[in-house]
Amino acid sequence: MSWAGKILRVNLNAGTVTPEPLNMEWAMQYLGQRGLATKYLVEETDPKVDPLSPDNKLIMATGPLTGTMASTGGRYSVITKGPLTGAIACSNSGGFFGAELKHAGWDMIIFEGRSPKPVYLYVEDDHAELIPADEIWGKSVWETDQILHEKHADPLIRIAAVGRAAEKGCLYAAIVNDLHRAAGRSGVGTVMASKQVKAVVVRGTKGISNIRDPEAFEEVTEAAKKVLAENAVTGEGLPKYGTQVLMNVINEIGAMPTRNMRDVQFEGASKISGEAMYEPRESDGKPNLVTNGACFGCTIACGRISTIDPTHFTIKDKPQYRHASGGLEYEAAWALGSDEGIDDLDALTYANFLCNEDGLDPISFGATVAAAMELYEMGVITREDTGGIELKFGNAEALARCAELTARGEGFGQVLGLGSKRLCEKYGHPDLSMTVKGQEFPAYDPRGIQGMGLAYATSNRGACHLRGYSVASEVLGIPYKTDPLVTEGKAELVKAFQDATGAVDSSGLCVFTTFAWTLEDIAPQIDAACEGNWTPEKLQEVGERVWNLERKYNIEAGITGKYDTLPKRLLKEAAKTGPAKGMANRLDEMLPEYYSLRGWTPDGVPTPETLQRLGV
Amino acid sequence: MKLRLKLYATLGDYLPSGVRGHETTLDIGPETTVQQVIDRLGIPEEQAHLVLVDGVYVEPQARSSRVLREGEVLAIWPPVAGG
Ligand code: SF4
Repeated sequence: MSWAGKILRVNLNAGTVTPEPLNMEWAMQYLGQRGLATKYLVEETDPKVDPLSPDNKLIMATGPLTGTMASTGGRYSVITKGPLTGAIACSNSGGFFGAELKHAGWDMIIFEGRSPKPVYLYVEDDHAELIPADEIWGKSVWETDQILHEKHADPLIRIAAVGRAAEKGCLYAAIVNDLHRAAGRSGVGTVMASKQVKAVVVRGTKGISNIRDPEAFEEVTEAAKKVLAENAVTGEGLPKYGTQVLMNVINEIGAMPTRNMRDVQFEGASKISGEAMYEPRESDGKPNLVTNGACFGCTIACGRISTIDPTHFTIKDKPQYRHASGGLEYEAAWALGSDEGIDDLDALTYANFLCNEDGLDPISFGATVAAAMELYEMGVITREDTGGIELKFGNAEALARCAELTARGEGFGQVLGLGSKRLCEKYGHPDLSMTVKGQEFPAYDPRGIQGMGLAYATSNRGACHLRGYSVASEVLGIPYKTDPLVTEGKAELVKAFQDATGAVDSSGLCVFTTFAWTLEDIAPQIDAACEGNWTPEKLQEVGERVWNLERKYNIEAGITGKYDTLPKRLLKEAAKTGPAKGMANRLDEMLPEYYSLRGWTPDGVPTPETLQRLGV
Repeated sequence: MKLRLKLYATLGDYLPSGVRGHETTLDIGPETTVQQVIDRLGIPEEQAHLVLVDGVYVEPQARSSRVLREGEVLAIWPPVAGG
């Protein structure tokens, strides 16, 4: 049994913390982390709840392999109803916080209600308490981390916190742990702040002592690590270039969302790519990239640690940003770069630092700035609205200023904090919001990668690449190559990716392992650690079960099949350049087949037979 | 005939010496195939994973027959992925 078997329930109205046993019957059905926490949320809350009301709950959940010696076994997820989307929110993070929570002996923390005053939760093994947060409320994540480390005088504590953006109501605020790892999407940080919870501090000294078959576990995890090490992607490509290696790939194939998705190729892509992060800069001869970094137990180490050119306009008067910190991942580089038409690597790195410092989802932030830039160039948003910012595509100063204001919830940053959907509605141009279910797109234009259109439209948490990454097959040839410009076969492909990801996200492992591992590699690791006879087939079924449970929750929340669509721009306006030139996304060719493969009605509702088959 | 060549990620090492960045122009004869360029550069087969001509993927079995035309862009990557 590699679950700790214990949940910490935090009632913020009453200020109580209560341990309770994990529901093992549900764990057998939903495994852990994403799946199991979704089950708790579904059972304990009304899907129609206002996401920012005390009746919404927020769950931090580990998986059974979190904190073990399985490679990448350090993940946790935050599950709640998302304020950006009104749909289920589930954001996954690495770093060290999740493993520490597990080592303290907890599978999950469930926050309910709302504290009358700002608090933070302190957990040290079995001991847990709520502590007034007066000295950290109003501070950034980085300041909070420093203050709490000094206060508790323990360098080994791990901290997850929200920044000023969340406190000020930015709808896509993240929860940042270990300074630069984040449960980033859908506004999970906004929910945490609405409960007046500033941070969670964890110290765990118990380790993991209940692996079902320790010898077998050591054997299978070692074998699986060898697979990662010998695979060209996980053993070489990701450690060296990180996810940023994709910048040039996606640009070449003509699927790089550019200038609020008006274009599909960015002329400045190579200047902000993973390769560019290695180029020595003129001022001090150093490259942007300092080193790669790894989350707990990870043998891939895809993380980027970077510095900004000390003479760059963003920081020349701000020595506090001259240290090395979490650098650009592909998603941030795209959203802060090509979507604004900005090719200034240092400006992007600066904006990314601010996203980490104050807990902003860089994808939603960047895409919202891009929408605002388009509206500014149309004359709809004025210089008066922006407080004097010349919000034109390509203006790196404007990006830096927007990041500063949004991070602190000041001035025009308050408007940007609404997200692209509400911002475009506010200015009377809802069609210019590049979102699905209210959430901004990630870095793949679905005109150039057709299957991703289906993956976005049907994603349970709004536009997202991590729910069904068909890019792996359509572009990268993993596990096999398919043509990105055709729709045939994509319904099946997207479903398979969605289900497999649902299982991986429920295990405690990182989804990047699946560039080398299949469920055939993952199942033996779970099975050696946990009771329950975990086979690849059973995991695939767990993933499908999770998917349908999330879907059911969304439908009950009012997010029905009618929201399984894409912005008009992507369905009607053809790509102007690249291999997809002349093509829009052909969602209508994929969606009916997808519903049918899922065992859903033509309106996208899971049939009673499907729910019964899966035991939902 | 001129070909624009882009070698990314670790394949940058296979660019002709003296080339800065990841891109160069190559002189090729008429009827030169994708595979002939890969061989001329000395890129091992397993490293020429993602091979694109003007952004369109060329399958391994088509590389010996796909003839390059004036002005086309050949871009090659080793196995890579991200997210
Ligand atoms: S592959 Fe990257 S994101 Fe995943 S656990 Fe490892 S370092 Fe973290």
